[in-house]
Amino acid sequence: MSQVSGVAMPVAEVPTPPVRGTSLLRRSLRLWRTRIGVALVGVIVLLAIVGPYVAPYGPSTPVGAPNSDPGGKAVLGTDYLGQDVLSRVLYGGRSILVMAVIATALGLVAGTVIGLVAAYSRNALDDILMRAMDVIMALPQIMLALVAVAIVGPHAWVIVTAIALTTAPRIARVARGAAQPVVERDFIACSEAMGVPRWRILSGELLPNTLGPLMVEASLRLTYSIGVIAALAFLGLSPNPNGANWGTMIQQNEIVLAVQPWGAAAPIIAIALLTMGTGLIGDGIARTAAGIDRARGEE
Amino acid sequence: MNRFRLGGMWGFILRRMLLGIVVLILVSILVFLATQALPGDPARAILGRSATPASLAALRRQLHLDQPVLEQYLTWVTGLLHGNLGTSLAAQEPVSTLLSPKLVNSAVLVALAAVLSIPLSIAIGAWAALKREKAFDTASSNLLLVLAALPEFVVALVLVILFATTVFHVLPAISTVPPGSRPWNNWVALVLPTITLVIAVAPYVARIMRASMIEVLESDYVEMARLKGLPERTVLIRHALPNALGPVFQVIALNLAYLAGGIIVVEFVFNYSGIGGAIQEAVVNHDLPVVQALAMLIAAVYVVLNLLADVATILVTPRLRTRL
Repeated sequence: MSQVSGVAMPVAEVPTPPVRGTSLLRRSLRLWRTRIGVALVGVIVLLAIVGPYVAPYGPSTPVGAPNSDPGGKAVLGTDYLGQDVLSRVLYGGRSILVMAVIATALGLVAGTVIGLVAAYSRNALDDILMRAMDVIMALPQIMLALVAVAIVGPHAWVIVTAIALTTAPRIARVARGAAQPVVERDFIACSEAMGVPRWRILSGELLPNTLGPLMVEASLRLTYSIGVIAALAFLGLSPNPNGANWGTMIQQNEIVLAVQPWGAAAPIIAIALLTMGTGLIGDGIARTAAGIDRARGEE
Repeated sequence: MNRFRLGGMWGFILRRMLLGIVVLILVSILVFLATQALPGDPARAILGRSATPASLAALRRQLHLDQPVLEQYLTWVTGLLHGNLGTSLAAQEPVSTLLSPKLVNSAVLVALAAVLSIPLSIAIGAWAALKREKAFDTASSNLLLVLAALPEFVVALVLVILFATTVFHVLPAISTVPPGSRPWNNWVALVLPTITLVIAVAPYVARIMRASMIEVLESDYVEMARLKGLPERTVLIRHALPNALGPVFQVIALNLAYLAGGIIVVEFVFNYSGIGGAIQEAVVNHDLPVVQALAMLIAAVYVVLNLLADVATILVTPRLRTRL
């Protein structure tokens, strides 16, 4: 992209202290969009964690006739097998959330390390690492996950590994892009001259200076991870094909939408609110980081 | 000078093509090795636990699993290059025969979505940049932000609930294309899948268009053009728009490549007979030759689109040509 934007940015010569991640988050909370995002994610996460303890029925308990309307014993009606829709929604978020968070975290760590090492190396290693990332990125996330699932089977670890593997290169690109201008700065050369070990330079000097863009990208990646994992379950590829899982629920009840929409609509709403929330948080952080950059440019 | 510049550009295109070929070769190794290195015997995974040793051996022979790895890879790649994508294990038909009608159907859907979403999103982005911080800009960027966050199958199903099954009953919820028929014979069925894909792509393109247009509108040459007294229309269409489009091509290419993946789930929602449904079926059936062929196809689409985007960016941004 740097090739495209073309215009060289004037680099401020005054060394500016990096904005710490926590303070960036706190500042972004001044924006309404971040607050709404945090509230949405908070509600859905709470629902997924506490849900199983407060659900009126078990996830696979038959409570009435299939596809019965909301009301009576089942607040949101029953699904195509006569199970309580509300209870299944309360049970069905946990596995998606846990898998998405673990996969994104793994991809975030791996991608950050690769990106920072590539930017710092300033030699052939940079090219090799980034071309390797290009290769992985030539396959859409869901395609690589499908290849893995086709070969090994829809186990949780396969899905998590596939999502982490496809998240890493996208994070690595952002980390490298953000670290590259920092690597050229004097304080890095200074640390090198002082004999600071490489890993200290990477973790103590480069990482704090790339946190802003990384946090934006991480929330975007979390949004996608949730989407892909839910989509895989929707395609019938989840670790537990009959278990309560929002994606599975949507697939199973899609055919009866015209009769009893809630079986599919309730998990659709849950996934939509969750991804909208992570999307809003990401945008809030991005706007805050951009605002800080602009303020620095005007100093 | 002109010839030199042209040479530089052809050199650039050639380098990019070579890089694309290298990426494709590496992807083919990745896709191939995945079937080799990952745990489990593909033959057993396909036939299940109850398979007899004789049938396992026969399938291994059919998949060339009894040959050395390098030889297997070369057999497979040579086949790919000759258009021989292998034999589907589930259908016992050549993969190419199985996939080509579905490929046409998917291409129709993607092309339709691209033709509609690209001008639409460029217009939205440019208009939002002109009306910066005004009502249209605020409303459109908030709406696009929310739409961008939704997974495609969620968008697809919300559209189905709204227009097909529950709220209104105006459009079909299922878009099956019967064998022998063409997607456009039943164009009403294409409406919802197309809108879904447009919603999947438009937010990103519109957002980058807005950012790029704002940068251009604040540039010196646009101010210069205005100071010269050119009519605002000319300033916008002749000076601002072409320069703002440069970065947009990259995003369009990335998003079209992304569509190749997004289409899998969308086609499944609408039961549309394209490669998306084929991939889902192949994955569920452990039909590895079909999965491998489609993975390579989608990777090739990605590489080609990226190449086209790079070339298009250079063509519309004269100042980049001098740096080749």
